[in-house]
Amino acid sequence: MLFNLSISALAEGIRKKDISILDLVLESFKAVEQCEHRVNALITVIDKEAALTRAKKLQQALTTAASPLYGIPFVMKDAYCTRGVQTTAASNVLAGYIPAYSATVYKRLEDAGAILIGKANMDAWGHGASTENTDFGVTKNPWDMQRSAGGSGGGPAAALACRYCAFAIGEDTGGSIRNPAAWNNVSAMKVTYGRVSRYGAIAYASSLDTVGPTAKTIEDCAFVLETIAGYDPYDATSSRKLVPSYSREIGQSIKGRKIAFPTEFYGKALDHQIRDTIIQARDVFVAQGAIVKDVSLPLLEYGVPMYYILAPSETSSNLGRYDGVRFGSGREFFTKETMRRIMTGTYALSSGYYDAYYKKAQKVRSLFIKEYQELLSQYDAILTPVTPIMPPRFGELLQDPIKNMMADLYTVIVNIVGLPSLALPCGFGSNGLPIGMQLIGPMFSESTLFSLGYAYQEATDWHTKMPNI
Amino acid sequence: MSTFEPVIGLEIHAELKTKSKMFCGCPADHFGTPPNTQTCPVCLGLPGALPVANIQAIDWTIMLGLALGSTIADISKFDRKHYFYPDLPKGYQISQYDQPLCSGGMVSTSFGDVYIRRVHLEEDTGKLQHATLDSRNVTLVDFNRSGVPLVEIVTKPDIRSAQQAKEFLKKLHQIIRNLEISDADMEKGSMRIEPNISLRPIGSKELPAYKVEVKNINSFRFAAAAIEYEIVRHKKILDEGKIPVQETRGWNEQKGITVSQRSKEEAADYRYFPEPDIPPMRFSKRYIENIRETMPELPNVRKERMMKEYELQEKQADVLISDMAKCRLFDEAVIHHSVSENKISAVEVANWIINKVPNASGIDSNTVVKQIVDDNSIVAIDEDELNCIVSEVVSKNPKAVADYKGGKEQSLMFLLGQIKRTLPKVQVSVILEALKKQL
Amino acid sequence: MTNAAALTKKDIDHIAGLANLSITDRQSEELVTQLEETVTYVSALQKISTENIPETSQVTNTENVYRKDEIDSERLLSQKDALSGKKQYKGFFVVDAVFDREK
Repeated sequence: MLFNLSISALAEGIRKKDISILDLVLESFKAVEQCEHRVNALITVIDKEAALTRAKKLQQALTTAASPLYGIPFVMKDAYCTRGVQTTAASNVLAGYIPAYSATVYKRLEDAGAILIGKANMDAWGHGASTENTDFGVTKNPWDMQRSAGGSGGGPAAALACRYCAFAIGEDTGGSIRNPAAWNNVSAMKVTYGRVSRYGAIAYASSLDTVGPTAKTIEDCAFVLETIAGYDPYDATSSRKLVPSYSREIGQSIKGRKIAFPTEFYGKALDHQIRDTIIQARDVFVAQGAIVKDVSLPLLEYGVPMYYILAPSETSSNLGRYDGVRFGSGREFFTKETMRRIMTGTYALSSGYYDAYYKKAQKVRSLFIKEYQELLSQYDAILTPVTPIMPPRFGELLQDPIKNMMADLYTVIVNIVGLPSLALPCGFGSNGLPIGMQLIGPMFSESTLFSLGYAYQEATDWHTKMPNI
Repeated sequence: MSTFEPVIGLEIHAELKTKSKMFCGCPADHFGTPPNTQTCPVCLGLPGALPVANIQAIDWTIMLGLALGSTIADISKFDRKHYFYPDLPKGYQISQYDQPLCSGGMVSTSFGDVYIRRVHLEEDTGKLQHATLDSRNVTLVDFNRSGVPLVEIVTKPDIRSAQQAKEFLKKLHQIIRNLEISDADMEKGSMRIEPNISLRPIGSKELPAYKVEVKNINSFRFAAAAIEYEIVRHKKILDEGKIPVQETRGWNEQKGITVSQRSKEEAADYRYFPEPDIPPMRFSKRYIENIRETMPELPNVRKERMMKEYELQEKQADVLISDMAKCRLFDEAVIHHSVSENKISAVEVANWIINKVPNASGIDSNTVVKQIVDDNSIVAIDEDELNCIVSEVVSKNPKAVADYKGGKEQSLMFLLGQIKRTLPKVQVSVILEALKKQL
Repeated sequence: MTNAAALTKKDIDHIAGLANLSITDRQSEELVTQLEETVTYVSALQKISTENIPETSQVTNTENVYRKDEIDSERLLSQKDALSGKKQYKGFFVVDAVFDREK
């Protein structure tokens, strides 16, 4: 199976002409044909003939200077505008919407020669942690079809688990790339805010949204990130900081790296299987020469309330443009969950409530930034779980709004403070469901985080496991 | 006689004449363009689009603030102002709320000083038109104007009469045109005015109990008329012991009245919050000084200079400063050596430009000076040579000579004209004297 | 401090109006309890002191990001693309008549 190979192996195979781009694309479509009707990871599958034509063109134009992503099939969470290809954000408001322009991240990948295979399912507008709040049918978890694939980017993660492609582009506002990574046994990088251009990414919460890679391994993520990251004049919040050669720096030694283990994150809210698994992962880091110390991050309990004021507020604003006049359909097509978030956000911003809610949340945000800055001035990374629970059955989260919000307990804070976080597999529960952990680092420390994750993946093989699909 | 005094404030919007729009690179000059031909994902509010601020618009807003004597913020930002209307593609307008680029300032009028509350920058909306399609009432929307930079000037309610409002507006208009940041053309809509009018008991220092906003005014004259109308209308109501409704009214040009549009019991809830897509702005003192240095001379300063330095009369100075091109032409012409060497005076230059130059942008200062010099120059001519040419013309035109002798004055002018062909620079009176001698 | 439990159907209808959402009476009633629940939950923030703490609006750590005043013809949409198959008339978008200016 070609997609069990790493991107660097595929790239080498392509360069040496041992692997044909056509074969890669055909394998993508084969996997889609085999699994998609059961898993429902994709909203739109690219026209096969068009993809094959592109594959042939790329094959002919192949040079030794080609990017490592040249000829490599990928999927994108359906939150990215792709010119000429349906883009829905998993909402009926945008069903049938064909954008007249492309997101910068898509352009960069196209320019590198990567091949888009499909637009992946998600919780509409990013609103959810389970890919159930979608108008295009739930995405099933390939590890247990009765369970959620996570969210809001369940589609890309499931597509990877089923080996439709070599990598996917997700989007993370409160855990949307990390949660599905943990629940599908893949890796993902939630980047530093501003590391990758948001131009063309359908906005959920503007000060929290990040664009990032997800793939089978950390190394694959590194190759993708170095292609898509970097300043974009069309995005005023994108960073001018130089993009390191992540793939080349990935092998740096982690000896002496200091990792913080915040005790509040391992309290009663956390499923004990997840706790035990991450404690084992902690030991792997120690065995590799890293130093792991217990620390305290007492603000944890305020993270979800803070996020669930800020994110709905910004989304209530960002979704104001969907009125069916210039594109798409009217607002009556919003789902209940989306309407709830819009209402919450509108309330929090409204006259008489702004100070108590939105402004208050912004102040608490300052407190969190300080807390993490102080800790990360002493540590290279913070090791935490990704979710407090194992992948739930369908309906469990949607029925219980508080439980739904609490699923984001460990992830939302990272977006609030703008830091990068790497999610990677670290084991399985007794029912065979995957477990993930996250490494949170200081701003623009993706390289260090990659090296920590890479070292872990060199010493373990959780990430190589595939579901029985 | 009246127990009430008007309390009037003005809100003015001016479209800045930047090349591109406020947050994207679409052309900003939209007048007369076919609908929806100057849009992009940003100004059309498409999913995923992001704004990036136009530095020229910011600099010009700061410059306007400096011209008005405002304090320029050292830290400023954009905010989102939320409301739903078909001409507002994102469902919010990117504007400024609590940290505007400029605060304070003042314009003096003959009725007293009018203080400025703030000058801020925002984006314009699209344009709406009403129509009937298939016997249904519809609204047509054009987004070419959406995203054009708009500077908003808000005065304190210091204005006490329609006349003062008119004078203020004219002065403000002149300043804006002088800075060349906007055409500020009310007919074309690149300048818009909304007065806020109330009455309060004379001598009271408190804010009035209500406020009426008037829209749909497209000239200074109508602004004054609308204000006058409202003052009368409010007084009637107040005299009855009632309070005018706080609302927005529309000016009806044809009838010369205002009409109630909507009752504004409560202020709109715009749910302002800081624009997350645009980092904040910070201006050093040096940056602001640089803008001040590049600022064109203000009208009142220029007028004083012309009167003092060049001894122009006030009337002449007023005409010149009302036309940027004429001003510029004058400034260039007066440094010409012909003026400095006292061959012609600055006053003559001013008069020439005012009276004899219809299109000041179509002519250069050298040509103007030459014209004046030519017109003035008196060439001394040898008497014999003159008489010779005069006799030649007289002999060649016997009919004209006969006509003149018969009483036709025009014929003299005709003969004069013929002589001037050969002797264009000779003083007319000299020629006439010689001519008459020969007839 | 606001009393989250005090939300009424009237409040919900007001918020829905602000948010340009048409909701049925039944939805309105459901939303009262749902919003109350959420608002009560997020009101936990009131417990933590933020006296003298400034607000953070964004985490870019940058300032003064601008574009030059230049035309960008690359992004300019054709009239056809701008209208993108929506209801149109002679190049204009068409909506039901709006009579009052809401602004």
